[in-house]
Amino acid sequence: MATVVEAPPMPELGSDPNRGLWSWITTVDHKRIGILYGLSAVIFFIVGGIEALLIRLQLIGPNLDLLSPDAYNQLFTMHGTTMVFLFIMPVGAAFGNYLLPIMIGARDVAFPRLNALSYWTFLSGAIFISSSFFLGGFPDGGWFGYAPLSTQPEVVRMDFWAIGLLLLGVASLLGAVNFITTILVMRAPGMTMFRLPVFVWMQLVVAFLLLFSLPIITVGLFEVLFDRNFSTNFFQAANGGDPILWQHLFWLFGHPEVYILILPAMGIVSEVLPTFSRKPLFGYQFVVFAGAAIGFLGFGVWAHHMFTAGLGPVAETAFALSTMTIAIPTGIKIFNWVGTTWGGDIRLTSPMLFSLGFIAMFTIGGLSGVTHSVVPADTQQTDTYYVVAHFHYVLFGGAVFGIFAGVYYWFPKIVGRLLHDGLGKIHFWLMLIGFNLTFGPMHILGLNGQPRRTYTYGEDLGWDFWNQLATVGAFVIALSVLLFLYNAFRSLRGGEEAGPDPWDARTLEWSTSSPPPAHNFDEVPVVTALDDFWHRKYAEDENGLPVRLDTEPFDPSALPDDGVERHIHLPSPSYHPIVVSLGLLTVAYGFIYLPAGFLLVVPGLILMLWGIFGWALEDIDHPMRGAEPLEDESEVAADMGGGEDDGD
Amino acid sequence: MTAALKSPRTRRLLLVGAVVALALILSACGGDDLPQNTLSPRSERARNIDDLFKLTLIIAGIIFVAVQGAILVSVWKFRRKKGEGDKPVKQVHGNTRLEIAWTIAPAIILAGIAVPTVQTIFENAETGENAMHVTVVGHQWWWEYQYTDFTRPDGGPLLTANELHIPVDTEIALTLTADDGDVIHSFWIPNLSGKRDVVPGHVNTLTISADETGEFYGQCAEFCGLSHANMRLRAIVQTQSEFDAWLAGQLAEPNLPAAGEASLRAEGWDLFLVKGCAACHTVNGTDAAGGGPNPGPNLTHVASRGTFAGALYDFNTDNLSRWLADPSALKPMEPDLNRGMPNLGLADDEITALVAFLEGLT
Repeated sequence: MATVVEAPPMPELGSDPNRGLWSWITTVDHKRIGILYGLSAVIFFIVGGIEALLIRLQLIGPNLDLLSPDAYNQLFTMHGTTMVFLFIMPVGAAFGNYLLPIMIGARDVAFPRLNALSYWTFLSGAIFISSSFFLGGFPDGGWFGYAPLSTQPEVVRMDFWAIGLLLLGVASLLGAVNFITTILVMRAPGMTMFRLPVFVWMQLVVAFLLLFSLPIITVGLFEVLFDRNFSTNFFQAANGGDPILWQHLFWLFGHPEVYILILPAMGIVSEVLPTFSRKPLFGYQFVVFAGAAIGFLGFGVWAHHMFTAGLGPVAETAFALSTMTIAIPTGIKIFNWVGTTWGGDIRLTSPMLFSLGFIAMFTIGGLSGVTHSVVPADTQQTDTYYVVAHFHYVLFGGAVFGIFAGVYYWFPKIVGRLLHDGLGKIHFWLMLIGFNLTFGPMHILGLNGQPRRTYTYGEDLGWDFWNQLATVGAFVIALSVLLFLYNAFRSLRGGEEAGPDPWDARTLEWSTSSPPPAHNFDEVPVVTALDDFWHRKYAEDENGLPVRLDTEPFDPSALPDDGVERHIHLPSPSYHPIVVSLGLLTVAYGFIYLPAGFLLVVPGLILMLWGIFGWALEDIDHPMRGAEPLEDESEVAADMGGGEDDGD
Repeated sequence: MTAALKSPRTRRLLLVGAVVALALILSACGGDDLPQNTLSPRSERARNIDDLFKLTLIIAGIIFVAVQGAILVSVWKFRRKKGEGDKPVKQVHGNTRLEIAWTIAPAIILAGIAVPTVQTIFENAETGENAMHVTVVGHQWWWEYQYTDFTRPDGGPLLTANELHIPVDTEIALTLTADDGDVIHSFWIPNLSGKRDVVPGHVNTLTISADETGEFYGQCAEFCGLSHANMRLRAIVQTQSEFDAWLAGQLAEPNLPAAGEASLRAEGWDLFLVKGCAACHTVNGTDAAGGGPNPGPNLTHVASRGTFAGALYDFNTDNLSRWLADPSALKPMEPDLNRGMPNLGLADDEITALVAFLEGLT
């Protein structure tokens, strides 16, 4: 088991269509796109983390001037924007892209080229927002961009923010359409909706949340841009506009967004906990329904972000009650996760520790969330560090711990090598301690009256000690992340070989080699049960105990390493998606510098149109596909239970 | 993790650590050295909020202990020990009764929180008929108060800045708004009440009171740009007679140098009128009429205030001199964008004269 073998060769430029930079640029393979999303997210996690460390350094004591207020405002705006839109969301897309088709027994997503467009547009948006640093400074109006502060027109910064978010929104919307279609129509034979892994269910809920919430923020962002650039009056009180309108639009998107961030992590731990408890997920249907209920209710609670805006006692009551209701499905999930471990054969591996940490920390965030639904209490807590503590317990203690559970869990599937478990455990404990040191004290700071988004505080306010502790904690977190990065590099260079099923896991992705071949499965699996792969390995005796079946041990070496030799039809690579994204990016820069920017808008539009036409007219037997036309194409398509898989 | 717990020494250490942590947290939550603490209510409304929060906190605490306890017990009890192989464990798929139970139980608990929540929402929204009225206007980055129940002898409004004087045991009905060209702020004095947003084009209300005299800290709680952190305020709660005396002082004519007076402060008053101060700042009944696109605080009785610049600095000669020499060095502002005070490029002797004048505006 512990054989250390040579690392797989790194991709390099070359003529081979499956290797080299060009192959990554033109790839439409959901796994490669997943990896691209993941690597981008890691980079922005580091960027957002450095921003956080600078913020914490500034706040280590009262009246410090390490950062100017302007720099501080830019940093907290970008920390929020980066972590939400450039880290957690793309990580969800990374896991979804890589795993979702394999978990449902498909060979790719429904629209592979659209998938590539989604990634390149995401990257364009991310580069666009980040590049503002070199073009006049980061946006500084907060990640929530409250009008009319965000529409004060003097600087271009919030234009970067608004247009950047629009680009990211396009990317997410494309991804959502793709995931919904993939899950609904690409499932392997026998993979009914109630045999879908919970991770896939949660991705489905997230995709619907994106589909319904993104149009709302899109409208809002356009209104901000128009107020800023064309003197419209959506949010300008002087001309009859209403600043509160922005808050409704933003939070009608923003609250579902919170669930967009947390549900993928909930899906991840719902996969990890059963595997390392060697038990099925407790109350599968209830966990699925609870997830869907959270998504549904998430659209009815937005005004709890506005309890001090002056909505009046009746509206405050209504949103207090709807917000409390969300605690019920959330509780159901937590109880079912604990129920999954109960009576299990618990292996405390790194992914399991992160999943358990997720439940524990997310519970704290959930409980402080209930105190926010208590409107009178919220009027004291909102916009203080208590809220900062709350949502970091949800989004760091929850989403990030869930993400790391997923990374340790699926890294061997994606790379073929295990991460070092001992280092992983140290990473977990350091991160757990650092996290609680950082964000635990913030509850107290908030209750003691420290408002958020303030670059400094007086020495007479009594906030020094807990701020110092929080800063120390932040550096402990940073240390744990460095340890993780070391662990990842170590494993990439030559970690322990994973084999196809290192965890004795339950779902289909473990039934193929690690990493999976380009076509995922030699034969499209026929699914007969929930946790189908587990049931191929184990039967249950009359006492409900698992009995190992005498199946053939899995031999990945018997598999080919790409689809060409097996003559399995795979979608052709295409450079049109990146051309369309580049066109969009050019238009975006042009908009910033109107009217001179028309010199960029026009070529950008031409580039986009060229990409779209080229895409529409693309020859499916394009020479770039790197394989001969296949004789058994129709047969494979029939196997997949769907039509052409490159028919987007 | 679990192996370490076995040693009695580490367990004792953990216990001591937990007790110390708890003591630290409790001491941090209650102390008198926390002038902006939400947990030290000094009014009926703030106490209503505090009681409700503590009730919620206790319920949340019980659930916290139950859930974390269940996780720890489950992991402790069912963990695979060193050297053990795969254990065949019963493949339980769920339990409908349990599911129903842990759906209904939280619903009941939440209902128990919801009832007092709704009661308090409506209770705190009520305002008595005898309340005193004050209009609060949020500016980037200072607070203006208009005592609308009182009029100056010359008919003008009673205006002051940053320090809100109120009589003890009296309901104050605040009307909160901001100028059309300004941004959203949030008015907050934690000891006395929760916060209420101050929105351009909107008129919000908030009723506060205080049941003891003293100085209570507050600050803007909605991000309002560059100097959001410096938009602080004080509530100065006085006995009725103290308040009446203060009121009389505010309603009085400004203490100006006599015409032709040859003094430092007379020089300062001349400079005030010619150096541009008067374009933004008002001194009641004089040519210093303020207004303009970037109004600053009314300075008629500025020397009666303990602080200035968004309640950021004590009102004294040294601070005033530094302020006049370079305002944005003390409180970052954007005067070029009509937000905050510009640097007027004053010479040292001009500053001395201006400070002498200002200190006379009692």
